[in-house]
Order: sequence, then C-alpha cells, then structure tokens
Amino acid sequence: MLSRTADHLFWMSRYIERAENLARLLDVTWQMSLVPQSLDAANQNWNAIIALNSLEEAYDAKYAAVNAENVLNFMVRDADNQASIYNCLRLARENAHAVRGTITTEMWETLNATWLEAREKSFEQIMNAGVGEFFEWVKMRSSLSRGTTLGTLLQDEAYHFIRLGTLLERADNTARILDVKYHVLRPQGDEGATDFYQWGALLRSVSAFEVYRKVYRDVITPERVTELLILRDDMPRSLHFCMNGVVKTLDLIANSHSGETQRQVGLLHAQLHYGRVEDILAHGLHEWLSDFMDRIYMLGGGISKDFLVPMSEAA
Amino acid sequence: MNFYNEMMDANGGVRAHYKGYDDWLKATPPERIARKRAEADLAFHRVGITFAVYGEEAGNERLIPFDIIPRVIPSAEWKSMQGGLRQRVKALNMFLHDVYHDQEILKAGKIPAEQVLNNAQYRPVMKGIDLPGQIYAHIAGVDIVRAGAGEFYVLEDNLRVPSGVSYMLEDRKMMMRLFPELFAKHKVAPVQHYPDMLLEKLRAVAPTGVSDPTVVVLTPGAYNSAYFEHTFLAKQMGVELVEGRDLFVKDEVVYMQTTQGPQRVDVIYRRIDDDFMDPLVFRADSSLGVPGILRAYQAGNVTLANAIGTGVADDKSIYPYVPEMIRFYLGEEPTLNNVPTHMCRKPDELKYVLDHLPELVVKEVHGAGGYGMLVGPAASKAEIERFRQLLIAKPDGYIAQPTLALSNCPTFVESGIAPRHLDLRPFVLSSGKCVEMVPGGLTRVALTEGSLVVNSSQGGGTKDTWVLED
Repeated sequence: MLSRTADHLFWMSRYIERAENLARLLDVTWQMSLVPQSLDAANQNWNAIIALNSLEEAYDAKYAAVNAENVLNFMVRDADNQASIYNCLRLARENAHAVRGTITTEMWETLNATWLEAREKSFEQIMNAGVGEFFEWVKMRSSLSRGTTLGTLLQDEAYHFIRLGTLLERADNTARILDVKYHVLRPQGDEGATDFYQWGALLRSVSAFEVYRKVYRDVITPERVTELLILRDDMPRSLHFCMNGVVKTLDLIANSHSGETQRQVGLLHAQLHYGRVEDILAHGLHEWLSDFMDRIYMLGGGISKDFLVPMSEAA
Repeated sequence: MNFYNEMMDANGGVRAHYKGYDDWLKATPPERIARKRAEADLAFHRVGITFAVYGEEAGNERLIPFDIIPRVIPSAEWKSMQGGLRQRVKALNMFLHDVYHDQEILKAGKIPAEQVLNNAQYRPVMKGIDLPGQIYAHIAGVDIVRAGAGEFYVLEDNLRVPSGVSYMLEDRKMMMRLFPELFAKHKVAPVQHYPDMLLEKLRAVAPTGVSDPTVVVLTPGAYNSAYFEHTFLAKQMGVELVEGRDLFVKDEVVYMQTTQGPQRVDVIYRRIDDDFMDPLVFRADSSLGVPGILRAYQAGNVTLANAIGTGVADDKSIYPYVPEMIRFYLGEEPTLNNVPTHMCRKPDELKYVLDHLPELVVKEVHGAGGYGMLVGPAASKAEIERFRQLLIAKPDGYIAQPTLALSNCPTFVESGIAPRHLDLRPFVLSSGKCVEMVPGGLTRVALTEGSLVVNSSQGGGTKDTWVLED
C-alpha cells in the first residue's frame, strides 16, 4: 500500500475517533452542569475541557470568559478551532476524500454525508435542537462509520491502519480524560467522600458506567475507576484493550524497519498486562498517565516514520 | 437556423429509434419522473460525483447536471462512426510516431514542417524514442457533433488527458437504477466493461520483458477538477492511485513508496499534463510530477499513457490536416468529416475571418475546456471587437470555423422539456494494432437555451448514451 494512502487512512480514523471522544466529553460535562452546583464548580469543568486539549491560548484569543455557551461554541462548531468537532469531521472527510479509491463506497458515503450534514448545522440550530441530540448524532455517525468499516472493508493493510489510528487516538483520549478528571475530583489524594455524580459522569463519558456496575457490582471508588479504564483488557475504551489491539495490528503490518516501534509497544503493553492499580496509584497517577501519554505520542511518531512518511533512503 | 433534432423528424414525428423511449415517457406519470430526477440528484451528491471548477473557491465541488432523456444512436449509425473513429485514431498515432521519427509526412510536403516542428506541443525530447506498439495516444477522446441535415463532424481530437469517461459510466449506472424497465424494453449496448478494456490496454503496452506489469493512475491530487474520475478509474481497475510525491526514480527506474518499502512501477496512466510531469525537464516549478521520470521513460523502463508530446496531434492548428494524415498513412478516404477550418495564420483566410466574425466560431489554437473562444452569432459587439484585436495581434494563435447548426435533443429544463444542443465524446483505446471502444461515449448537453458550448466548466450537463443493438 502507498505510504501516503496509509497516512490518510490513519488520520481519517483518528479524526473520527477524536470527534466521538469530544462529543462524549462535552455531553457529560453538559449533563453534569444540569446537576445543582456552584457556578465556580461548573465553570471549572468547562475550563478543564479547554485544558484537556491544550487549547488555552486559542480560546483566550477569541473568548473573554469561560462558560458553558462559549466553550460549547468553541469546541462544537467553531471553524477557527482546529480541534472542534466541526473540524474533526471535516478533516476525517478530507482524508477519506484523498483515499476514496481505497475505502469502500459505503465508508466514503458515510463520512461524506456526515460532513455535509455537519456543515449545514449552525451553532444556534444545534443549541435550539438540544446540544445533547447533536452529541448523540456525532456518536452515532462515528459508530456507523466504524460499523461500515467492519462490515464492508477487506481486512487488509487498509483496515489495519484504520484500526491503528482508532486505537491510538482512543488510548490518548481515555488517558487524558482520566488525568484531568481525577485531579479535579480528588486534589491531593483526598480520601473524603467521593462524588457519585462526578465519577458517574466520568464513567459515562467513556461508556463505562454500566460496565462498571456489571464488573464490580459495588459503589464507585476512584481506585476501581482507574483500574477499569487502565487495566481491564475487555473494556473497549481502556488503555489495556487499546494497546492489545495496537500490538496485534503492528505484528500484521510489520516491515523491515519497524522493529524498534514494535519493541516500544511491547514494553508499554507488558506494563498494562502485568501492572497493578495499587502500584500505579503509589507511583502517582498523574505521573503515570503523563508518561503513558508521552509514550503514545512517541509511538505515533514511530509509526509515522516506519510506514507513513516516504523513507529517506529511497530518495 | 434549422437544427437536426435527435428525437423528432422534420415533420414532428418520433424517429424510429426513439419510439420506445417516447412511449415510455408518455405513459409514465410526471410525478414519478420528478421523483426519480430528485433521487438522481441526491444520489450523485451523496456518492460525490462532482467536479471542481477552476477559479472558484478551492474545494468548491459542483454536480454535473444529469438529464434522464438519453441520447439514442441507432446501430448502423454507430457502426459507421466506429469505423471512422478507428481510422482516425490509427492515423493520429501513426502521425505521432512519424513526427518523432522519420517525418515522412513532412518530407512529402503534406503538412508544413514548421507547423509541426515549431509547435509548442512538439516535444523534441521524444525524438527517436521507440514506444511499445508505437502507440502514443492510448486513450483518445474524440468530440463529435451532428450538424446540418444529420451528418457527423469531428470537432476536435483530445489526445492528451481526455476526461469524462467516469460520467459515461455513472450515467448508465444511474439510468439503470432509476428506470430498469427501460432497459428491459431496449437492447442497449453495455458500456460497463470500459475499465477492464482500459486495464487490458495499459497492461499490453508495458515495457518489454515485464510479464506482470504494475499499473498505476497518476493524479495531480484531490483538488483537480477530474479527481473523482481518477479515483473512480483506479478503483475500477484495482490499481493504485498515486500522486507525484508517491513516486521516485532511482537508476532510471520508477518506484512508488509503500508501507513495505519501494515497489517498481511499469505503466503509468497519467492524468497530468506534459508540462508538469518532470520538473527536471519541463516546468521546474511543478510539484505534481516526478523528478527524473523522463529519463526512465526514455530508457524504456516505464510506459506513460498517454505518451509525452501527443499535444502536437490534437492542436487546433494541426486539426485541419487530419484528413490528409488518413490518406497519407492509410491510403483511405476519411469516413468522418472535419469541420471546414480557416487558418488565421494565412493572410487571405484571416481577411475572410475578420470580414465574417459574426458568423464564425473562433478558437484559440491551444485553448481547451471552452475557454478563450468566440461564438460569433451569440457574441456581443464588444466581444467581437475584442476578438478582432486578438486576431490581428496574433493571427497564428487562432482558427475559425463556420458556426455549426449542432443537433439538439429534448432535455428536461426548468420550463419542462425543451431541445438543447449536444455533442458526443467516444473514448477510443489503442494498443499496438488493436483499436477498441465501448459503444457510444459521453453525451454532453448545453443546458442554456441556444448555447452551443457543452463543456461542464461552462455549465453543461450530461446524458446517458444508448447505442441500440439490432
């Protein structure tokens, strides 16, 4: 497969996944803001979304205050914000457009229709119809595109690069959400009563609330949430699950110079496979997650160098 | 002016080959047709069968209007046209081989040598290079119109990177999806095997010694107006769609960058103009092409389809000589007519043209896409004056032809069904001795009342083209 084609496929799936994760995060924050709380606490949650995506500078340049309406506008429909859902859907479609000969007609039509529909919705229209409905729509469109991929695409290299993009993006997002929310909810490892609604929201943002109930059949504790999102290998949005997939997929597409990247993934995977939540918390969750995110980032760089960017020895 | 109507005869009766369609149209409720037309529009949008228009905002994609009244060609008419196309394209390929080798036709004085050798489209780098099967224009799009009482004329030969074949195929697919009952009643010759035929031709012209050639389609990229077609053809043929940056040349061999390392490429169906193919030889500022590809080509390690330098045969200044080529190389009389053409570089013909501008169509010799032309009868006084000055300043840059009374065909327009002018572009494929085409081609229709310009960049639409089998 052409390196450039693989690159487009990889980024196409990353942007779809990013749009979905953003919709999940915003949806949960929006729902939480409907639970009685102080204005300060509410705005702190909205602020966290900007911080989570390292967008403080771009946001401050455009909006005076942090509040629900501004942050939603910025993250949902702002065409100037490269990280908005609007732009994620646009970029997913643009990448798909560049490889529409490689993906199936159904996949292309799904992404193209998603973008055409997103383009038609103004922020006012989205808010009037209910922003929750919009987030549902984004999640459904993401599911649809994942479904058409699974249901129609030959499972060759194209599929593997799509899968790789999805899993790396998802791992990064889960780690980010956990990192930011954990510290908003439990500053300095406070052992006091945990806020059921806040932790519940965090779980819902990664579709893990019902999973948690099923797995633990018990009250929500931060340790178990951490364990679920990092170490459970059967939870589709956990770090362990994502890295399982990355290791397997890399084995399938390995080439003569991808050895080092595979070794790095193997190492990371082993930590999740044999790790214990007590050790992670003892080490410091924030430090552990920062390190994980750095390594995910390096991994993306390694994959890019090994497969996606023309090899230098060629020229 | 009286126009030949493809569907109706002079007395208002329906021509025999349109009888079936006419019956169907009369029997079908207008609501059903309106619904189907809306359905077609939606489907074309969703599938993204669009084209970008130059000069408009980047990424602005437009739909080419599709009309549900087909252009029907009776079998006998097609057979004769097909014979004429074979003959013409064969002669054009022989001409190209000749002008880059022994130049017999110039020596024989059939075409003034300076017209060929000083032509900007003549590529001296191609001199003495032997191509597989001696084929230059593997894919030719020959524009044919019907005029006057019903005779066909070749308007131009497109031998560089003719486009539009994807619309031909999608129009048929759409027609069959919307109105399957029509195909049950008519014996419409199928066209869907075009990509197979194209792949077979491309494989047949691979460099000598390559038994299982790797074929690719080379596109300028996603913002090119015909990008949809590039992806469509690559996908239909099951080959890679590459951009210049995906290819590189090492030791006069072309490779593509893949996830598993470099892979050798043998045949390139390129949809990039000569000028942009190799920055080391042609335009140095081009980032679309591949540095060094011309050396690989000259060394015979890769086949380009179409070849470099085909423009010298489809240039409008050479067009008037095509009938002469057919006589010279094949010893036959041309089956298809040329439009009588005034070469403005000749002083007496220029004088005639300047005296008759309001009746003539003036075309830029190197122009394409319906840009830079004057349609005398439809032009304003100011436009005519502007062209007069252009002609006086640069007579050898223009040719002029009588305004043809292009045939028309009933077409859905806002006010209902009305006649609109059309042309036909069959796609002729060549490899070695074999010249083939699928029946029919792309029918383009000018949607503006009275307009004679059918190019999609000028607001033209398309129709499905039916060649009826006996």
